[in-house]
Amino acid sequence: MADWLIRQFGGDAASPWAWVVYAGVALFQAVVILAVVMTIVAFATWVERKVAGRIQDRLGPTRVGGRFGWLQPLADGLKLLCKEDLIPRDADGFLFRLAPYAAFAPAFAVFLALPFADGWVAQHLNIAVFFILAVAGLEVFGIILGGYASGSKWSLLGAMREGAQVVSYEVPLTFSAVIPVLIAGTMDLTAIGNMQRGWFWNWFLFHDPFTFAAFWIYMTCATAGTNRAPFDLAEAESELVAGFHTEYSGFRWSAFYMGEYASMTAFSGLAAILFLGGWNGPIPVLSAVGLTAASGPLAGFLGNLLGSVNFLAKCLAGVVFMMWLRWTLPRLRIDQVIAMCWKYCFPLVCAAFVGAVLWTYFFPGGLIFGRPLGTVPEVASPSAPRVAAAGAANRAGNGGGRTIASAPQAAGEGRGSYRAGSAALGAEGSRPKSVPEGRSGG
Amino acid sequence: MDWNWVFFIILAAITVTSAVAAVITSHIVRMAFYLVVCLGGVAGLFFLAGAYFLGAVQLMVYVGGTVVLIAFGVMLTARTPFVRMQTTPDQWLLGLATAATLSAVLVQANLRFPRPADPPPAVTEPAVSPGGLGTALLGLRIDAASPAEEGTDGAASLGLAYLLPFELVSVHLLTVLIGAAYLARPRRPTGTESEGRREAAWGQSGGPDAALAALAAAQDGGS
Amino acid sequence: MIDPPLTQIPLAAYLLVGVVLFVTGITCMIAKRNLIGILIGIELVLNAGTINLAAMSSPFVAGSSLPPLDGQIFALFVILLAAAEAAAALAIALTFYGGYATIDVDHGDRLKG
Repeated sequence: MADWLIRQFGGDAASPWAWVVYAGVALFQAVVILAVVMTIVAFATWVERKVAGRIQDRLGPTRVGGRFGWLQPLADGLKLLCKEDLIPRDADGFLFRLAPYAAFAPAFAVFLALPFADGWVAQHLNIAVFFILAVAGLEVFGIILGGYASGSKWSLLGAMREGAQVVSYEVPLTFSAVIPVLIAGTMDLTAIGNMQRGWFWNWFLFHDPFTFAAFWIYMTCATAGTNRAPFDLAEAESELVAGFHTEYSGFRWSAFYMGEYASMTAFSGLAAILFLGGWNGPIPVLSAVGLTAASGPLAGFLGNLLGSVNFLAKCLAGVVFMMWLRWTLPRLRIDQVIAMCWKYCFPLVCAAFVGAVLWTYFFPGGLIFGRPLGTVPEVASPSAPRVAAAGAANRAGNGGGRTIASAPQAAGEGRGSYRAGSAALGAEGSRPKSVPEGRSGG
Repeated sequence: MDWNWVFFIILAAITVTSAVAAVITSHIVRMAFYLVVCLGGVAGLFFLAGAYFLGAVQLMVYVGGTVVLIAFGVMLTARTPFVRMQTTPDQWLLGLATAATLSAVLVQANLRFPRPADPPPAVTEPAVSPGGLGTALLGLRIDAASPAEEGTDGAASLGLAYLLPFELVSVHLLTVLIGAAYLARPRRPTGTESEGRREAAWGQSGGPDAALAALAAAQDGGS
Repeated sequence: MIDPPLTQIPLAAYLLVGVVLFVTGITCMIAKRNLIGILIGIELVLNAGTINLAAMSSPFVAGSSLPPLDGQIFALFVILLAAAEAAAALAIALTFYGGYATIDVDHGDRLKG
C-alpha cells in the first residue's frame, strides 16, 4: 500500500521534497492503522461484555444505541474521559504519566507489519513474524514501569508478576510461532499467508498433528502473554485490588486497557496468518469467481477487501476464544501459572517442534490432502494468463473447466523474495518440487 | 536532504539524548527507562542501516529481555521505593574528565576517518535476508563473501562462516544460565544479620511471591 | 517493498553516535556507584560497539567496508553475549544484596584486608 501511495504522490527520490511525501504517507498509514485498531478495540470491548453476559446467563449491554447496545464502547469511552485524573502523591509522576503510553505504543506498533490481505500491509518486512513477536514483547515494560511508578505495593506486586509471567511465556510462544515459519521457510507474513491458499486443509493448522498441537499451545501462551484470565495474575482482583493499574484512572487506565485489547487482536491476527490461512477462506470461493489480482486491479482490490474481512473474522474468532476462556475458567495461582509455562507448555512445544521437523522431512506433503511443499496452490481461472502455461498440462488431463493446479512457475513469479532466498539455500532439495497436481474443483 | 537523512537525524537525536539523560538522572528506574528509549533508537538505526533482523533481535533480546531483567534487579534489590543514587561531586568530576578526554580522542579519530570525496552514490541494494544470516551461522556463506573468493563455488567460502562461534555462544549461554541460577539460588536462612530480608522470606515461606510480598511490605513501610 | 535509491549516510555519522554512546557509558560506569547503574553503563558501551559493527557492514552507509553479513553476525554475537552478561551480573547483584543488604559497590570491599 505504501508503494502505491508513494507512487501516486510522486515520491521520486530525486526530488528534494521526497522525504515530505514519505513522511506524509507514513503519517497517513499511521492514522489508518490507529483508526482500524481503535475500531477493533472498541468492538472487542463490546463483544467482551456481550460474551461475558451470555456465558453468565445475562444479556449484557442492551440500552445504549439500540437493542444490542452497539454504542456501549462510545459511552464507556466518554465516561473514562470524563473521570478525574488522579496521580498519587507518592508516585513518581514522570514515569506514572509515561507508563500507559509505553504499554499502548508497542501493541499499536505491532500492526505496522501485520498484513490484512495480500499486500495490504503498512510496511512489508521480510522478518515480519520476528518483528511482531519482538515488539509485542515490549508492552510488558510499560506495565512494569506503571506498577513501579505508582508507589503502591499492590501495583508493584502486579508488575513483578506480569514481568515474570510475560518473560516466561514469551519462550513457548515464540517456539510455537517458529513451527509454521519452519514449514513455510520464510518469516515473511505475506508469503506465509499466500502459501496457505486454496482449501482449508492447506492451512498450517492442518499441516500435521504437531502444528495442530502448536496452535493450541500458541493460543494458551498468547492468552498468558496478553495477561488475560485465567492468567491475569498481574491484576488479580481477589488478591491485589487491581494489580498494576490500581492507582490509575480515567484516560491513563483506558490506555492500558486499549493496549491489552490491541495486543489480544495482534496475537490473534498473527495466529490467523500463521495457522489459519490468513486472508484465505476455507473454500477458495474468491479465486473461483475470479476475484484475484491476476484478473485485473479492480478484481484484485475486491478480492483483497473480502480477504481482509476474512482475516478480521478470524482475528475476532481468536479474540472471542480468549474471552470464552476468561469467563469460563477460574484464575490460576502464580506458581501454577509459571509451572504451566515451564513444565507443560515448554516441553510440549519442544516436542511439537521436533515432531514438525521430522514430519516435514519424512512427509513433505503435509497431512493427507497436502500439496507438495514449496509450491503455492493456484486456482486457475480461465482468464489468468500467468498460470496458463502450467495449467495446460493439467487441463489436458481433466478436460478443462476450473482447475486447481499447483503451478511451480506461478509460485516462482509470485510475490515473495522468500522464493529466491530458499532456492538459494538449497533448502528445497528434499521436497518434490515439480509435481504439478491437478484436481478438479468448483 | 532526503528521508534517509531525516530519519537518521531523528533516531540519532533520540539515541543520544536518552543516553545522556540516562547518565544525568540519579533515579535508577528512570535510568532504565532512558536505556529502553536509547536501545529502541539504536534498533531504529539498525533498521535504517538495512539490518532488519539485527533490529528485531535488538528489540527482542535487549529491550524485551535484558532491560526487563534490569528492572527486576532494581525492584529485588530496592530497600526503599524510588531508589536514588548519590553521586559525589568528585565522582562527577572524574567521570566528566574521562568523558571529555575520551570524546576528544574518539572524535579526533572519527574526523580522520577517510571520507568519500565526491557526494556519496545512491544505492538500491536490498538488505541482507535473514536466510543469509541463518546459513552463515550454520556454516555456509551464500553471499559473495569477499572479492578474493568470487569465482569459486560455495564450498570454498566455508572458512568464513560462523558455525564454531555459534556453537560457542550457545554453550556460553547455557553456562551462564546455569551459573546465574546457581548464584541467585534461594538459601536457607542462617540467622546472621547480613542475610537480608529477601532471603529470609525465600527460605521461610518459599516461592517468589512470598519474597515479593515481603519486599513490597518493606517498601510500603519505608515510604 | 519499494526500494528507492537512497543517499548513503557517511560512516562518520554513525560512528559519532557510537562515540556518544561509548562515552556516556564509560561516564555512567565511573559516576554511578550502584551495581545496576554500572550494568546500564556497560549496556551503553556494548551498544556503541554494535552500532559501529552494523554501520560498517551496511550497504546504506558510505564508506562501509565489511561484507554485509559479517558485521551483522558479530553484532548478533555481541547482543547475545550482552544478554548473558546481564543475567550473570544480575545474579551477582542479588547475591551481593543478600550479603550486604545494599548494591552500592563501595561497600563490597571485604576482600581488601
